[in-house]
Amino acid sequence: MKGFDVTVRDVSRAYGDFKALDNVSIAIRKGEFFSLLGPSGCGKTTLLRIIAGFDSPDLGTVLLDGRDILPLPPDKRQVNTVFQSYALFPHLSVYENVAFPLRLKKLPSSQIDAKVRDYLHLVQLDAHGDKKPSMLSGGQKQRVAIARALINEPNVLLLDEPLSALDAKLRQNLLVELDHLHDQIGITFIYVTHDQSEALSVSDRIAVMNQGKVLQIGTPYEIYESPATDFVARFIGETNLFPATVVSCVPYADYYMTTLDIPALGSEIKVTDYDNLPEGQRVSFTVRPEKLKITGEVPSKVGKDINLFKGVVEEPVYSGFQSKYYVSLENGTVVKVIQQHANYMDEGPAIAWKDQVHVSWSAEDGYIVEVVDS
Amino acid sequence: MNSHSNLKRGRRLGITYSAPMGVWLTVFFLVPLGIIILYSFLKKGLYGGVEGEFSLVAYTQMLNPNFLRVFLRTLWVTVLSTFATILLALPCGYAMARSRHQLLWLGLVIIPFWTNSLIRIYAWIAILSSEGFLNETLKALGIIGESLQLIYNQGAVITVLVYMYIPFAILPLFTTIDKFDFQLLEAARDLGASKPESIFKVLVPNIRSGIVTAVIFTFIPIFGAYTVPLLVGGKDSYMIGNIIVDQVTKTRNWPLASAFSLVITLVSTVGVVWMLVSTANERSRNRSESKVADPTGGVV
Repeated sequence: MKGFDVTVRDVSRAYGDFKALDNVSIAIRKGEFFSLLGPSGCGKTTLLRIIAGFDSPDLGTVLLDGRDILPLPPDKRQVNTVFQSYALFPHLSVYENVAFPLRLKKLPSSQIDAKVRDYLHLVQLDAHGDKKPSMLSGGQKQRVAIARALINEPNVLLLDEPLSALDAKLRQNLLVELDHLHDQIGITFIYVTHDQSEALSVSDRIAVMNQGKVLQIGTPYEIYESPATDFVARFIGETNLFPATVVSCVPYADYYMTTLDIPALGSEIKVTDYDNLPEGQRVSFTVRPEKLKITGEVPSKVGKDINLFKGVVEEPVYSGFQSKYYVSLENGTVVKVIQQHANYMDEGPAIAWKDQVHVSWSAEDGYIVEVVDS
Repeated sequence: MNSHSNLKRGRRLGITYSAPMGVWLTVFFLVPLGIIILYSFLKKGLYGGVEGEFSLVAYTQMLNPNFLRVFLRTLWVTVLSTFATILLALPCGYAMARSRHQLLWLGLVIIPFWTNSLIRIYAWIAILSSEGFLNETLKALGIIGESLQLIYNQGAVITVLVYMYIPFAILPLFTTIDKFDFQLLEAARDLGASKPESIFKVLVPNIRSGIVTAVIFTFIPIFGAYTVPLLVGGKDSYMIGNIIVDQVTKTRNWPLASAFSLVITLVSTVGVVWMLVSTANERSRNRSESKVADPTGGVV
């Protein structure tokens, strides 16, 4: 695996009273596609700027391939950045933009020419070398920025919301290309985004950040399927989230069957968890809308570990491959349910507005998450 | 058809609106310029003024090596002062553009204009003269024993010229640098440029129009300056402006004064044309670029 590993250790950065980064530690592996994900102001861009060398932390260290890079100016670090606004030089042609780092190194022009052509080919802009950046579309500008950042053969590529200025369809295409590029070049990518679907679809691992803190680091699957805190659960995908109190915790072979009291649902529910939580502990309970089953009749396989509620469909939202229902339970609490339309015959009778329905889920499909004030 | 007549009416309106300006410029600029050109080709009158007889004497007099030396000196002092002004104004404009207190700095640049320029030159005399502020301070600090000759030489002329015209350079530089995207400097650093490289390879080419404007705004008035060399200069700082004044008031050679005025006008015109051509090129280039830009928003 090419590329360098990046270690961020106990990094803090404050602007006046505002803590942009609060004791952040992240270990990014060689060649990894690593995303920093969070809402705006969560500190992800500050962290990227610290790695690039445009900002320096008040406390902590940043190691690149085991060496401290904080004393180095940006031009002496083996990292390159793709900026959110592309930051192409308007006075230079596409070709000269890409050649810029090589001209600084004063390489012979034949060598520069061969390499610039290679990298323009890599981002499929062979025919656009003579144009000025202002003549390019957003997607083309983005490719120039990527080629320019890669031509120095950095060991780590930093991408600061590189797709946020593009429209949705183009974003999808470029995201796939970026993933291919990462596979092709094999260096470490650090990708900053506020878009959870972007992060989930391309990352090897994700760090979810909020208010200057790292809340969870894990693979997309781990982040989505077992969020660590209520913030992560709400920020990644859609979910139903309720405050809860632990009633009891019964140990089984490799899990604890936990009973939670959820005032919003007006009853107790069961959920499996890996921690032995003390009785009376305040937690949050989350269950993804697609894990809920919605049926007109009482579901036939009601076992011991099924949580079952009755309700009324308030708002069915059909969107082709799936439908989303807002179901008002008997005590008035609204839960979101998503049903996939995989097969025509799967569904049974269609569910419509104001139908009486049953909502159910198995104890394994819910999660207990930590309460973090956010 | 309709749009065509609209266009016609628009053109007529344009002429109407610009008429006062046209009249003003004709009466107070073109006519005097014509008179100056005319006078330079006439015979000089005995007690000033001209006689109605064609003559090229003024132009042959101009070729006098003494005048030639003054012309070259004027050019040298002007180039040096303009260069120093731009060199000092660039970091000022940059710092102002990046500052959070832009209005404060702008105010400080503009406030000196509230005081008459002669008074400000006399203030420099008070600072630079042998019993002046600077010499007395240096003596009090024990750095020098005897007063230095800081005034009535070329150094004093250049210093005061730079002081007088630096606001005219700072303002256009500030406005262009203020529009500059500073992330480009970060991009340059990121790609391996040192700090000076990022300034000269990225900032300077992108604020060229501001630099050109600043050069024009300082070069032209300095080239025609006469009060500054008159008041703080010595024998070695006599400039074309001083020749003109002396030819009108002392030697009473109006044709020669007119000929030298034309020289200043010609040199300045070359500068203005250069500025207009280079900015026009830039604008037409940008226009053709935006025309070619992909209208589909870049489906790739």
